Amino acid sequence: MNLPAQLERIREAIEAAARSYGLDFFETHFEVLDYDQINEIAAFGGFPSRYPHWRFGMEYESLKKGYAYGLQKIYEMVINNDPCYAYLLECNEIVDQKLVMAHVYAHCDFFKNNFWFSKTNRKMIDEMANHSAHVRRYAEKWGEARVESFIDACLSIENLIDYHSPFIKRRDAEPRPGAPPASEDVEVRRIRSKNYMDRYVNPEAALEEERRRLEERMRDRKRFPVEPERDALLFLIENAPIEEWERDVLGMIREEAYYFAPQAQTKIMNEGWATYWHSKIMTEKILGASELIDYADHHAGTVAVQPGQLNPYKLGLELFRDIEERWNRGMFGRDYDECEDLRERTNWDLKLGLGRDKIFEVRRIYNDVNFIDTFLTPEFCEKHGLFTYRWNEKKGRYDVEDRSGAKVKEKILAMLTNFGQPVIVVEDANYRNRGELLLRHRYEGIELRLDHARDTLRNIASLWRRPVFLHTAVEGKGKLFSYDGKEHQEIDVEESVA
Amino acid sequence: MVLRIERDHSRFKKIVRGHIKKELRKYITKGELIGRQGKDLVSIPIPQIEIPQFRHGRRGSGGVGQGEGEPGYAVNVGEAGNAPGDHLLEVDVTLEELANILGDALALPRIQPRGKRNIQEARDRYTSIRKVGPESLRRFKRTYREALKRQIIAGTYSFLDPRVIPIREDRRYLSWRRVEKPESAAVLIYMMDVSGSMGDEQKEIVRIESFWIDTWLSQQYRRIEKRYIVHDAVAREVDRETFYHTRESGGTKISSAYDLASRLIDEDYPPSEWNVYPFHFTDGDNWGGGDTELCIELLKGKLLPRVNVFCYGQVKSMYGSGQFIRDLREHFEEADNIVLSEIRAKEGITDSIRDFLGTGR
Repeated sequence: MNLPAQLERIREAIEAAARSYGLDFFETHFEVLDYDQINEIAAFGGFPSRYPHWRFGMEYESLKKGYAYGLQKIYEMVINNDPCYAYLLECNEIVDQKLVMAHVYAHCDFFKNNFWFSKTNRKMIDEMANHSAHVRRYAEKWGEARVESFIDACLSIENLIDYHSPFIKRRDAEPRPGAPPASEDVEVRRIRSKNYMDRYVNPEAALEEERRRLEERMRDRKRFPVEPERDALLFLIENAPIEEWERDVLGMIREEAYYFAPQAQTKIMNEGWATYWHSKIMTEKILGASELIDYADHHAGTVAVQPGQLNPYKLGLELFRDIEERWNRGMFGRDYDECEDLRERTNWDLKLGLGRDKIFEVRRIYNDVNFIDTFLTPEFCEKHGLFTYRWNEKKGRYDVEDRSGAKVKEKILAMLTNFGQPVIVVEDANYRNRGELLLRHRYEGIELRLDHARDTLRNIASLWRRPVFLHTAVEGKGKLFSYDGKEHQEIDVEESVA
Repeated sequence: MVLRIERDHSRFKKIVRGHIKKELRKYITKGELIGRQGKDLVSIPIPQIEIPQFRHGRRGSGGVGQGEGEPGYAVNVGEAGNAPGDHLLEVDVTLEELANILGDALALPRIQPRGKRNIQEARDRYTSIRKVGPESLRRFKRTYREALKRQIIAGTYSFLDPRVIPIREDRRYLSWRRVEKPESAAVLIYMMDVSGSMGDEQKEIVRIESFWIDTWLSQQYRRIEKRYIVHDAVAREVDRETFYHTRESGGTKISSAYDLASRLIDEDYPPSEWNVYPFHFTDGDNWGGGDTELCIELLKGKLLPRVNVFCYGQVKSMYGSGQFIRDLREHFEEADNIVLSEIRAKEGITDSIRDFLGTGR
């Protein structure tokens, strides 16, 4: 759909402005929608078509009510695709449309250039439509209720993927289970030596040690999976005794989970980047004098901080500005780090002017985790009043805990790592030598939500079709939860489950 | 335009209302948007179904915030900050809207007032047009149109000189019509047990529940009156403020409240003109000594024949035995205008409201 002439002129101006700063994006299509349509698309996660599932209806309900009661409004929506698609709300004022367009172009630049997006499918709109067609076909053949319930079960484990696997080769193509292992021999290699030296070159103790190691490795090879598997979805797709259509659906859910993962991995950076650029483009090139107040109001709304909360738009924006300033003034490197004179540090200025280059480099290679790790300085935390909080059992509320830069960084990183979700791995697919599935929660001091964990276990059992176990910790003690298709059990165990 | 989302949307609504996929009902959470009504904060419920996943327990990890406060200060934590700052706002909702939201959310039926209690009330509505009337009510458009019609018919209208001049006969005036509207009135009689065993939490439940009932019924009737009765071993009528805030510590004689309610109806609310809704909230711990029998007699003889529906809500408390609801069940299995509802905790309020008002009586 073509934009109305007025908006099209604005779009051209903004695109030119964005390019003049060096932003580099896919071709971007804007569509003007009314609020029902925009709520619909937002409920579908930004896509015009998704497979039928009540979950999208739930999103829609909440967006619709939120809009109707004036509580919330879709601010901007853009899809990582080539070409990019973005949506404008029909009833917005022109100044809002300008702001949204500028914001969107920066998002598109981020999608195109950020390393973590490099493996995403750039034809995802088509792919989603394919998924939708598949699911509809299965629903016709196997019944709507059955397909929907299966999707429910899949969604219950959609977070069990390995976020780094697109970039790392974790394992060689696996020989199918049941194939004979390469070699059963346990032969310890001796170093060649003269007879009289043998005792010293190949001491018996070392040989014994080596033999044990080899044996252990052989035992490991019989274990399946050989290494604990982070990508439980992939593991189930490859190994669960499910029907072909189910495998296909599970594969779609997994593909979509991987597609959306980088957006979660770069939330702070992506929003910060877009906010940085809409602010720059608007204030330097696009904004008309009469629009200033409205613009300022809406921009302030975007970066507003609710007391005690972290706004990714604000945090990202300020970090990018901070980086730009530091690299402009040369506030990095050994000389700066080792300088202890507070006044000298405050007034440090080498007039390097590297800021702009640096932020473009940052947007290319970082994700939220290493972005925060690298650029969140104690000075920044202090300037922006960041603090950590924790639950105070005695008072029954959250309390401010600490304001030191190190603690804040540690906490943010903990929240971002694996998106603050527990790490669950497939440990043994032949547990107790009975083809039962053992999952392990890598406990790092935070317990699982048990009611959910039990129900998730039940959903996995429905895919694995054999009893399923989960090893985790409750109140510091090892626990083994199980579901065998009929009932839940829990057993106390030692920390390690052999 | 029909939206593609409609199918998913209606399916979701069916799940929430418990029509299909009952196994998902336990995952429904009361996701809330915060609304405000006058000084009372009310929340607009937006139900969400949480698909179970392996995730961390609440409160486990704490988080990071931005703002004022020394270590040890309280932090107000909403949803972990993942949305732009302006996404959550407070909104003024009118009572009428609230009632609609409630009716919509709980799928409540409209109430049909009983025929004999309808009073015909005549009102004037300015919806018709006459040829005579005061100049201040002259309708310009109508008048002009009449003039145009007349000129065209008479052949005096010319496209080249399109002047239209109304004369006396063309003038049209707004006029009234008499509409008869059924007017019905209702009285809510709230009775609450304030004996020692009703704690603050129980009162809170009663307060929230009666607020919503008020809101709903106020929208159904043009005139609504409320009377408040508190009782322990004796009953007395109080004002609204007292009703929600007193705490006494006596024993419990429920019959005293029923007796008082019955007398109120006798004196002020003849059932031929009023829809009567008594609500009674208690923890169900009545004194022995034949009082329960007396209650049942009062209900059977005096209250039930004269009310639309009698709503009995039993709030769970630590002390109460909760025996009373069992006694009522035993005696009123047949009666169709008494609703018994047990409210175990705050989360049970919506279900209980649905019990009370879902009958459409």
